[in-house]
Amino acid sequence: MENYMKLEIAALSENESFARSAVAAFALYLNPSISELEDIKTAVSEAVTNSVVHAYAGGGAQNKISIECRAEKTQEGGVLHITVSDGGCGIEDVEKAVLPFYTTLENDERSGMGFTIMQTFMDGFALESEKGRGTKVRMFRKLGGNREGERMNA
Amino acid sequence: MQICTDYQDKVLYLRLSGEMDEHNAAAARLYADRLAEGYAQSEKAVIDLKDVSFMDSTGIGFLIGRYKKFRRYGIPVYVTNPSPGADKVLRMSGVYTLMPRI
Repeated sequence: MENYMKLEIAALSENESFARSAVAAFALYLNPSISELEDIKTAVSEAVTNSVVHAYAGGGAQNKISIECRAEKTQEGGVLHITVSDGGCGIEDVEKAVLPFYTTLENDERSGMGFTIMQTFMDGFALESEKGRGTKVRMFRKLGGNREGERMNA
Repeated sequence: MQICTDYQDKVLYLRLSGEMDEHNAAAARLYADRLAEGYAQSEKAVIDLKDVSFMDSTGIGFLIGRYKKFRRYGIPVYVTNPSPGADKVLRMSGVYTLMPRI
């Protein structure tokens, strides 16, 4: 069984909370644990914040962010696929952008950990971006069943 | 995001509550920095995250920023009561090497 939703929101920082809560509410379809939900909310928050802060340089109601989710029920539990995309400035150097602690906004108390968190908290992560052509983050998270331990214990 | 303060035996407690994200951080930053100035005589500061219901990487930037601010006054900073989710974010970023969890 599959389930699907698509959301389009104005690129306003006020919507960061709404976006992660909406995805978490959708994910309930797959009966996730509290900690799985926390991880999903955090990853979505990172992706949406990037679009507001970086893609659209601080946001603006005329700019849009799209969030698409597909939920798949499996024997073990389920898989939640999330795509966050924007039509913003794009990323010049994708390889550099995903490095831990790398940020283009040094003076802004940005940690540079957004992509690292998405990669670590989710089971799959892909980043597509090109300067001037927007950014698309695709990620998925397996829910329920046995994940290979809590990888964060390392 | 709200911050309540408490000052006891030269220890400044900052009790954060609410959601720590990019949208909420700016006001919390200003407020916490004003406290650092007002309580420069503190021997240490403890940031209590017990009532923080959500934290993303904004929290890392927030805490490291406060660490730097308090350090200017020679005040070491400690973190306490993170939720499991916040703890995961803080552990992976090495925040505890600057401000130990107590």
